[in-house]
Amino acid sequence: MRSRSGIGGMSRFNVTSVALGLAFLYLPIAILVIYSFNASRLVTVWGGWSTRWYVALLHDQAMLEAAWTSLRIAALSATAASVLGTLAAVALVRAGRFRGRTMFSGMVYAPLVMPEVITGLSLLLLFVALDAARGFWTVTIAHTTVTLSFVTVVVQSRLLSFDRSLEEAAMDLGCPPLKTFLTVTLPLIFPAVAAGWMLAFTLSFDDLVIATFSTGPGATTLPMRIYSEVRLGVKPEINAICTIMIAMVAVGVVAASLLAKRGELAKARAA
Amino acid sequence: MTHAGTPPRRDKSRRDWGRRLVILIPAVWLAVFFLVPCLIVLKISLSQTAIAQPPYVPVLDLAAGWPGLRDFIAGLSLDSYKLIGSDWLYLTSYLRSLSIAALSTFILLLIGYPLAYGIARAPRRLQPFLVMAVFLPFLTAFLIRIYAWINILQREGLLNDMLIALGIVGEPLVWLATDTAVIVGIVYSYLPFMVLPLYASLEKMDESLIEAAADLGAPQWKAFWLITVPLSASGIFAGALLCFIPIAGEFVIPDLLGGSDALMIGQTLWTEFFQNKDWPVASAVAIALLIVLLAPILIYQHVQMRALGDR
Amino acid sequence: MAQRNPGDTGSAGEPPGLAALPGSWDELVARPLVQFESVSKRFGNFVAVERLSLDIREREFFALLGPSGCGKTTLLRMLAGFEQPSEGRILLDGVDISDVPPHRRPVNMMFQSYALFPHLTVEGNVAFGLRQDGMPKPEIAARVREMLALVKLDGFGARRPHQLSGGQRQRVALARALAKRPRVLLLDEPMSALDRKLREDTRFELMELQDKLGLTFVIVTHDQEEAMTVADRIGVMNAGRLAQVATPSDIYEHPNSRWVADFIGDVNLFEGRVVSSGLGHTVIESEAGGRLLVTHPTDASAGTAVTVAVRPEKVRIDTSASRVSDENCFAGRVVEVGYLGGVSIYKVALDNGLRMKATVANRTRPVERPAGAGDRVWLSFPPEAGVVLLR
Repeated sequence: MRSRSGIGGMSRFNVTSVALGLAFLYLPIAILVIYSFNASRLVTVWGGWSTRWYVALLHDQAMLEAAWTSLRIAALSATAASVLGTLAAVALVRAGRFRGRTMFSGMVYAPLVMPEVITGLSLLLLFVALDAARGFWTVTIAHTTVTLSFVTVVVQSRLLSFDRSLEEAAMDLGCPPLKTFLTVTLPLIFPAVAAGWMLAFTLSFDDLVIATFSTGPGATTLPMRIYSEVRLGVKPEINAICTIMIAMVAVGVVAASLLAKRGELAKARAA
Repeated sequence: MTHAGTPPRRDKSRRDWGRRLVILIPAVWLAVFFLVPCLIVLKISLSQTAIAQPPYVPVLDLAAGWPGLRDFIAGLSLDSYKLIGSDWLYLTSYLRSLSIAALSTFILLLIGYPLAYGIARAPRRLQPFLVMAVFLPFLTAFLIRIYAWINILQREGLLNDMLIALGIVGEPLVWLATDTAVIVGIVYSYLPFMVLPLYASLEKMDESLIEAAADLGAPQWKAFWLITVPLSASGIFAGALLCFIPIAGEFVIPDLLGGSDALMIGQTLWTEFFQNKDWPVASAVAIALLIVLLAPILIYQHVQMRALGDR
Repeated sequence: MAQRNPGDTGSAGEPPGLAALPGSWDELVARPLVQFESVSKRFGNFVAVERLSLDIREREFFALLGPSGCGKTTLLRMLAGFEQPSEGRILLDGVDISDVPPHRRPVNMMFQSYALFPHLTVEGNVAFGLRQDGMPKPEIAARVREMLALVKLDGFGARRPHQLSGGQRQRVALARALAKRPRVLLLDEPMSALDRKLREDTRFELMELQDKLGLTFVIVTHDQEEAMTVADRIGVMNAGRLAQVATPSDIYEHPNSRWVADFIGDVNLFEGRVVSSGLGHTVIESEAGGRLLVTHPTDASAGTAVTVAVRPEKVRIDTSASRVSDENCFAGRVVEVGYLGGVSIYKVALDNGLRMKATVANRTRPVERPAGAGDRVWLSFPPEAGVVLLR
């Protein structure tokens, strides 16, 4: 029986560093959630439990509208980014060598680290040059461009660990390449594409800088709205909306992991 | 893999088309919405401000043909760059950005490495949950996380309350609108980006290498320094660059947590564009930032391609 | 350091009982180098090693052999210092090393995965241990050169592990572990990643090396052929305990239990009861019918249930009943013949319901085989072939 020294239990140093790291990450969020139920208008004075800020939020028409705009932009751009990003990943992993490959991979990876202000500015200047009406669609296009790289990275690592003989088997059995991709490859990399979609959705839903640059009148996203509120000072309504967003993320994550678990169970049963 | 029995011509050419489309669709998208915009920024940075729509000259008029192009090139100027080069405001904000980015990246490494290491040495079945736990805050909006720190760091905030209650300080300290606040916010927001690549490189490492080092006489700290650190170098690089580059251009965090007297370059660009409406100078600031960050970006791409098994 | 007669290192031919006698010549000359004193190791509820005691002598090539999960690797890792015994003591040169961390033990290990540092060159790998000791640079260089020559890798010093073949990597790992001249070299399944031909060559190289360097080697393996070839003594392990510790020939010819007889090589086992036992012979009544006569001494009294083990190559196969006798002889029908080149294995269904195996050396090119599937045959073995097992 072989035992790696990590299996019996982590060393005290490792436990401490993980615990401290996670505390650093979660404590501010926990404080925020607690204070969203504070009855007092003063953020730092505890005035008892209350849901008044949630009620106030429900009547904040501008905030609700911004949230709805953000949701639509995030869903649309994440979907487009998933398609384009998956194609780019397939091109990088499967298309072999082609002319301009270095250029291509450069264009795929650069947006991952490009400072947002630069991307935002450049996209705005493009829209101005094209004389495009700025608003919902320009933000969607901007977000698609920025997030597709993230989808590519996620899908690419899945494709690299993918057993190619599965595709070869399908083709050996007479399946044409496109059909092989749709019936064998895509279902197998789907979890990665879905993860990429979620990532793209979050990035889009979260983005302030690029949206501010590329939007026009009439399309205010939720982060833009929150930002202008926050600039005016701390408000308990913001705590409330943050808590709602955190709850949504938590529900989404739990649902996703339950789905994944059910998929695994089904797979185990089939095997 | 061509099937030995069925390589009809039609199939091959169709496959070639499929392959070409797979490359072409994302390539065209990225060229139009990423590459061309960068070129436009470059071009506008060489223009001059004008009270017009769009607010700069010269405007390339393709309808005018060759003479138009000649006029256009003659109209380009380096004025914006001269301005950024000569005004201390810009130089200091570049230096500030780079030094804050460097300091934050260093702190991120100090905090992120033990965290990633601890996760990589945790029991196997626990690891996915811990990775998820690190990543989860990233899924809750970025603005929220910065905002949470305003609650904590403001003058009547929780940190001061706590410090006073513990008797460490008598008077509330000023946290908000300081560099400390900016760095805390940056470290907090970017921690997942540091931890995940580090974890990926540490998790791959064969633990028998550490045992071998111990077996050959290296005490724990030395085995860590001689084996673990060099072998996670790719993760350190990827994490550091993945943090350093965007931090250098960060706008939101210094804007919300920092003071108004000293700006980071992202804020300067924002101000030039939205407040001063000086598009050429804003573009020049962007291009100059891009040039400063070009080396790290190229290194990052190299690391990224190697990590993903690219040649 | 106790000096031993170089000719004695083999010590393979010792009769089984002698080494155990107190004050024997062997024990007086060589104090055990490594002593496990009733060592136990538990992982949670799982007992990997249970109250195990074992002595390993200076300059011995000792093999720990057993099925996977028997605790042999755990034993090795406790000797290296990667695992702490839950109970008991481990002594090296008579000193308790249970609390000495791995990096202070004069013991080096060759890992199953080789564990070569991928970011260091071959030279860097071999020099790693020497650098930890603060050896002066010129000496390190000289030692590294010597080690690479020893494993026939001169000129490979500047390469990195990924530029080497599997066999070369294995030799780098060996050179690295040997470079510090350890008191004991531990080898954890050192040849499991090599192909068959290379594995056979490597066995002889290892033996040669051990002889040349005069070091103590402890090897862990699940491959009995490997253990039999390289080792002076073998410790056969089962479920955390030592089933038998003896020379390879003793383990094969005189297994001390059913389990060992069955684990090492092929064997025919007969259950039965002792009818009579005297000096130099024991008569056993087989449960399935038939009488067995063996010369193997046993102190079992009449009526005791025993197992008689007979190796297939000691079984004779006849196609006629001419040599039939009352004892050690069974009639049956050939079920299957397996041709292995050098030998053929006959599987025979006996008339009494048992199955038996017989191995026949193919001394000539067989124009026609003595017997084929379905043929009637008579199997017999001499009284010297059987071993009586009480457990």
